[in-house]
Amino acid sequence: MDTHLEEGLDADAVDRWVQTASILHSNGDALDIAVKDGRIAGVRGRAEDRVNHGRLGVKDLYGWQANASPDRLTRPLVRVDGELVETDWDTAMERIVTRTRELLDEQGASALGFYTTGQLFAEEYYTLGLIAHGGLGTNHVDGNTRLCTATAAAALKESFACDGQPGSYTDIDHADVIALYGHNMAETQSVLWMRILDRLAGPNPPQLICVDPRPTEVARHAAVHLAPRPGTNVALMNGLLHELIAHGHIDRDYISAHTVGYAELEQRAQEYTPEHVAQICDVPAEQIREAARIIGGAERLLSTVLQGFYQSHQATAASVQVNNVHLIRGMLGRPGCGILQMNGQPTAQNTRECGGDGDLPGFRNWSNDEHVADLARVWNVEPSRIPHYGPPTHVMQMMRYAEDGSIRLMWVSGTNPAVSLPELARIRAIFEQDRLFLVVQDLYLTETAQLADVVLPAATWGEKTGTFTNVDRTVHLSEKAVDPPGEAKADLDIFLDYARRLDLRDKDGEPLVTWHDPESAFEAWKECTRGRPCDYTGLSYDKLCGASGIQWPCNEDHPEGTERLYEGGSFWSDASYCESYGKDLVTGAPLEPSEYKALNPEAKAVIKAAAYLPPHEVTSEDFPFQLITGRTLYHFHTRTKTARAPQLQRAAPEVWVELCARDAAAWGIGEGDLTEVTTPRGSVKAQARITGIRPGVLFLPFHYGYWDTGGGYGPGDGGRAANELTITDWDPASKQPIFKTAAAQIRRVSAGQGPAPAPTTTASAPVGDVGFRTAGDHTALADEEVSVGGGTATDGGPR
Amino acid sequence: MKLGLVLHELHHSENDLAQELLHASERHKVDHSIYHLGQDLAEWSRQHVREIAEIAGDYGQKLDHEPKSELATARRLRERGSEMLGRKGFPELALLHDLREIYTKACGVSADWEMLAQAAQGIQHLDLLAVVQRCHPDTLRQMKWANAAIKENSTQILVS
Repeated sequence: MDTHLEEGLDADAVDRWVQTASILHSNGDALDIAVKDGRIAGVRGRAEDRVNHGRLGVKDLYGWQANASPDRLTRPLVRVDGELVETDWDTAMERIVTRTRELLDEQGASALGFYTTGQLFAEEYYTLGLIAHGGLGTNHVDGNTRLCTATAAAALKESFACDGQPGSYTDIDHADVIALYGHNMAETQSVLWMRILDRLAGPNPPQLICVDPRPTEVARHAAVHLAPRPGTNVALMNGLLHELIAHGHIDRDYISAHTVGYAELEQRAQEYTPEHVAQICDVPAEQIREAARIIGGAERLLSTVLQGFYQSHQATAASVQVNNVHLIRGMLGRPGCGILQMNGQPTAQNTRECGGDGDLPGFRNWSNDEHVADLARVWNVEPSRIPHYGPPTHVMQMMRYAEDGSIRLMWVSGTNPAVSLPELARIRAIFEQDRLFLVVQDLYLTETAQLADVVLPAATWGEKTGTFTNVDRTVHLSEKAVDPPGEAKADLDIFLDYARRLDLRDKDGEPLVTWHDPESAFEAWKECTRGRPCDYTGLSYDKLCGASGIQWPCNEDHPEGTERLYEGGSFWSDASYCESYGKDLVTGAPLEPSEYKALNPEAKAVIKAAAYLPPHEVTSEDFPFQLITGRTLYHFHTRTKTARAPQLQRAAPEVWVELCARDAAAWGIGEGDLTEVTTPRGSVKAQARITGIRPGVLFLPFHYGYWDTGGGYGPGDGGRAANELTITDWDPASKQPIFKTAAAQIRRVSAGQGPAPAPTTTASAPVGDVGFRTAGDHTALADEEVSVGGGTATDGGPR
Repeated sequence: MKLGLVLHELHHSENDLAQELLHASERHKVDHSIYHLGQDLAEWSRQHVREIAEIAGDYGQKLDHEPKSELATARRLRERGSEMLGRKGFPELALLHDLREIYTKACGVSADWEMLAQAAQGIQHLDLLAVVQRCHPDTLRQMKWANAAIKENSTQILVS
């Protein structure tokens, strides 16, 4: 059990411990907040929880300090004569409500867009979804989960016709082979990685396969490390499938009993011989064979997938091929045989379940009129009021509509698109338009908030109550520990206030939103999930309080939750029940209901083949490098919280760029030198870190924006945000922007004053000694209490 | 036998569809899904042009193996026009018009492929049938894409 308390505070002196889970990554680690004199004073892991058994990662140990940052927003702000000035809630909300009404009268709901996050609670997304879809009737709702986890959902919908993670974290305990595809687990879900390290250190360790262009900790522990050319994941996966099929590592009984589409896959894979794939991906053919031998020899195979696939070219097509490996090997729904299409944010799963990403809540299918009618019954509105004439508008399309002037009010909650969306010069130009009314609801005056017409101060984790669900479907309760600062309000209360002021009504003239606090919202959400795959009806705040998290579906039949989905090869893919009929992986065109019924009449899993296509932007003489962006262990998103936790900020204080020694020598760049990275869209200045990254590839962390530069919301004398450089392009099926396939140039600007400000402990580790090692100071000391066969031993040590 | 005539006509129609997709792509450079997918799907038609020219020799037709192309300057002009005007809200109706053109042209191409498939089966020309079986599914996907794009965009463009 890991604990970190503010300096000088003893665990015995803590007033109260309040139950919650991680908000700074997607793993869903359970923890308690220490409350001392009405303030948050530390955290400790919850030993009884199934997810983390008391362990915590660095972002949780230190990130809580951001709650008490002196620059928290404490009062609403409105723009007066071009300046943001403090005001009261009535004034701020009336501005929003007045503008909403004007636009509804002038244009209708198509003028309104809502862009939320992956960090609010289930109750809040469900409320927002009801207001936007059932109340206002707009189709323009999305979450920033579009940037991180949309492809996870899309890949699951393509293969299983429904979202919902087949596997469980416990599969790590049973697997004999674990394949991590574009998933730097050691940095994105460090506690889950510890679980793998436990296995590696114990008897019968599993073999790891790592696909990543960077020298991650995962790569260092892998039996085979494949570092393909960015943008070629589909070719690589097809190469692996080719080998599995050619060597008969397939389960023909499972394929014929539980899947459709195998014949096309077999045909497609034929052309992807290891030699052919080796040319496309620039990896040795023998490595592809060796990886396939290990995967093909597995008795219990676990696969995990993350941003290396999701944010790259052909994201959904590549991720679907990982599902296909399991389907043709019949390795699903048994201990150790799982798929984890990972999430990037703590509550991303809820964004998808509750309608925060534009999908209909409860995994209802917008193309199925009966599902729409059922939702209309739950909400007591006419079915025609719920927009379902087309797919929900994803955020990149919303930005286009804001650009062309047809979305005129955009409400951004809990996210910072002025740093996190691609091609920032364009994004800033859209937000700067006078004709766009921008509402931003956040904790701090982020880059996006600086561009807003109204800024609403929000409460955050530890200051409000709600539930959220991690990638393996574990639901946790997160309780309020302390009051929010000043006049800041819970996001739920803000949305409820908006609905009340708009006087939104159901079809009988009663208030549309029938709940008033987190628990009553949760009860309403439960009803919405009844009989759906993500069934929450067996859960309650009482049941979640004091105990371990519980995996959905949890209902009368499964009162203690469900560890694995799709046991015995039965799926939720019946045309009348499924969430999605699927899309064309190249064009993105949705399948018509009749097409889906013909394709999959017996509710099986769908094997979808895909051909490799070259990326839209390829290297050239002017832009000879491939640029990928990504994350580091110590920061989350645009650093709004992690930069306000001193230990985390010190570990990675400033942007850097990674390149390999060969390229550094060729371009005359040394460790720590200031460089300028350029693409056709902009430039970023960063100190160089020379690592074991794949030759020809540059890596930039995407966390760094401008709020702590003194430069306002944009670059002053040189870009700092990686998204100055990224391309406006997205995966046709998942609509996830492509952050990991752009052509770039680098040049040396000047000599460095020391090593790059990059961690030495992670995938950013330097190739040689740079005279500096990342380590915490005395304030970073954490306590680790180890339980050994029932007894406990205590060991304090630096983390 | 009139198969040569159909191939001649199809060669022309696929070239035309490729041009239509490319022009739409360039005219709507600021609409990124149209921009990127227009180019991707034009490439399918260009590939079909090569395949048709290849097999048309067997039916007495001498057709150009290279798809029609035009000067890069014309393309850049259209892209530049899109960037100048496309951010100010004028070209949205033109987008629907272009998608409609793509859809109807792809429908025509699809009908031609159907005719060829029927004839090829009737006289058991398996080489020709193989070409149809490779190409026609692409045409159907082009149609579905254009139709889906019309569905996705119509509401916003027409009511705002």
